[in-house]
Amino acid sequence: MEGAPSRTPYRLIATQVSRHRVAAVIAFLVVLPWLTPSHALAANILIFGLYAVGFNLLFGYTGLLSFGHAAFLGSGSYATGVVMVHYGWPWWLAIPAGITLAALIGLCMGYLVIRSRGIYFAMVTLALGQCVYFAFYKAEAITGGENGLRGVNVETIDLLGWKLDFQDPITKYFVMLVFVAAALWFVSRLLASPFGAVLESVRENEKRAAACGYDVARTKLLAFVISAAICGLAGALRALHLSIVPIDSLHYLTSGQVVMMSLLGGMGTFFGPFVGAATILWVEDVATILTKSWQLVVGVIFIIFVLFFPRGIWGSFLHWLGRR
Amino acid sequence: MNHPILVAENITKRFGAFVALKNVSVAFEAGRLTAIIGPNGAGKSTFFNVLTGAFAPTSGNVNYDGHDITGKKQHEFARMGIAKSFQITNLFPQLSVLENVRVAVQMRHSRFQLLTPRQSMKGLIDQAEGLLNLVGLSSYSSQTARDLAHGQQRCLEIAMALACDPKLLLLDEPTAGMSPEETLVMMDLIVRLADQRTVILVEHKMKLVMGICKRIIVLHHGEFLAEGTPDDVRANDEVKRVYLGQSI
Ligand SMILES: Nc1ncnc2c1ncn2[C@@H]1O[C@H](COP(=O)(O)OP(=O)(O)O)[C@@H](O)[C@H]1O
Ligand SMILES: [Mg+2]
Repeated sequence: MEGAPSRTPYRLIATQVSRHRVAAVIAFLVVLPWLTPSHALAANILIFGLYAVGFNLLFGYTGLLSFGHAAFLGSGSYATGVVMVHYGWPWWLAIPAGITLAALIGLCMGYLVIRSRGIYFAMVTLALGQCVYFAFYKAEAITGGENGLRGVNVETIDLLGWKLDFQDPITKYFVMLVFVAAALWFVSRLLASPFGAVLESVRENEKRAAACGYDVARTKLLAFVISAAICGLAGALRALHLSIVPIDSLHYLTSGQVVMMSLLGGMGTFFGPFVGAATILWVEDVATILTKSWQLVVGVIFIIFVLFFPRGIWGSFLHWLGRR
Repeated sequence: MNHPILVAENITKRFGAFVALKNVSVAFEAGRLTAIIGPNGAGKSTFFNVLTGAFAPTSGNVNYDGHDITGKKQHEFARMGIAKSFQITNLFPQLSVLENVRVAVQMRHSRFQLLTPRQSMKGLIDQAEGLLNLVGLSSYSSQTARDLAHGQQRCLEIAMALACDPKLLLLDEPTAGMSPEETLVMMDLIVRLADQRTVILVEHKMKLVMGICKRIIVLHHGEFLAEGTPDDVRANDEVKRVYLGQSI
């Protein structure tokens, strides 16, 4: 928590932004579609930003590096898609379905992995993430296998007689933003809560947290499940946004991508995940037009930051503001 | 003699083939300050870790207040009223000094509360400030724990241990690495703490504990060597032999 006395205008700004962090992020997201070259890019940043926020809850705040988080983004997407395509559920019921499946898979994965540490934790989550990938890949009848699940269509949204055109990119963006905003509010409350303090203490020193009387394994498990649920929501929104669920949403590259986004933006900061998601997706968007080797561009930027700005973009910025 | 609050029965601890503790049995009296001493490598920390549940003993058991607590999980100890500070300082380095203690205080009140702001729980902050005052760190509360001097970090760890209002406090070489001045402050604090609760103090410098403990237990090579008042221990031939060359 940044509670330092604010002496300079810079500090004052930093304190105000961190005090009203949810409002600040939402304000950024509200103007985002008019800043990006395309509305699709803005929607992508919105979705992957939320995905990174969910991941960061575990990585930045609890200190657990998972390499299997695509399992939650993907299962959120698939559950939402499957109940809509095969069972005809309305979109607003399909979203909780996505969150629930992601949370359940998170509970199973978390239960298996929570007692391993460091590199073992990363390897086991990677392996379990691959298991989820293959399970969905093989269940072709339901998931469409390699081709992905098609036909997750929402034409219009009926809000008590007020019809919104979900095919309109801006309308779609703002409908998704409502869900993202709610999730951000929840995460912010969680981080400011007593449980948030326990998460930080586990990240700082497990041994001391246990000696203080906290059940470290249960704390981590709950953090894992909540993180999975938030990534599940991101996945559910992605299914609605794309109208299909591509199999690559479960791919380990998607797991790796969120690690990069968090590190680049600034792990353990509230806005960092969005900054990371925006940077990577934006660079990708621009660089794909200019060169075939856009991954090289992203990679070089990533390496520069990890080597010279280990706090990430947003983390370094906050640090700089704090020292003014 | 008061009733024993903590009883270790026939504790043996092996690390592979190496026997770190051999059949050690000790009873600790309630309300007393008891010291466990012995040269480096005597097995004091191993014994400390068995008593506080960090290690399961290879055989033997530990009783607390008449209940067998062998093999209980780490977090259950603080909840039963057994707190400790480690030989190597264990803090939450990036959190503020106040937050370190506040989290520790919070344990008894709130562990899985997700939506209440922690800043609104003023009672916990007041308690944490009271503990910082007790260990002499009030003026450092907004500093990052990592930035404290070594001696202050040790005091902070004791404040965190006190946060669960323990009946039994175990300290493993709390003065390790401290300057002579810091050591005096720490010893004074320990004596004050021992007024209100049972304290078990692990120390390798025999001189330090002689003046403040009524009862001393001596370990050597993983075995129980002697116990008694400081005068008994000082007069004990075995102890003299072990501490050869050092003034007792
Ligand atoms: N985890 C461990 N694995 C193997 N040997 C250990 C371990 N912990 C302690 N020992 C050994 O047990 C003996 C006693 O160590 P310790 O209890 O730390 O002594 P003290 O605290 O009295 O200096 C030492 O010889 C040490 O090397
Ligand atoms: Mg030791």
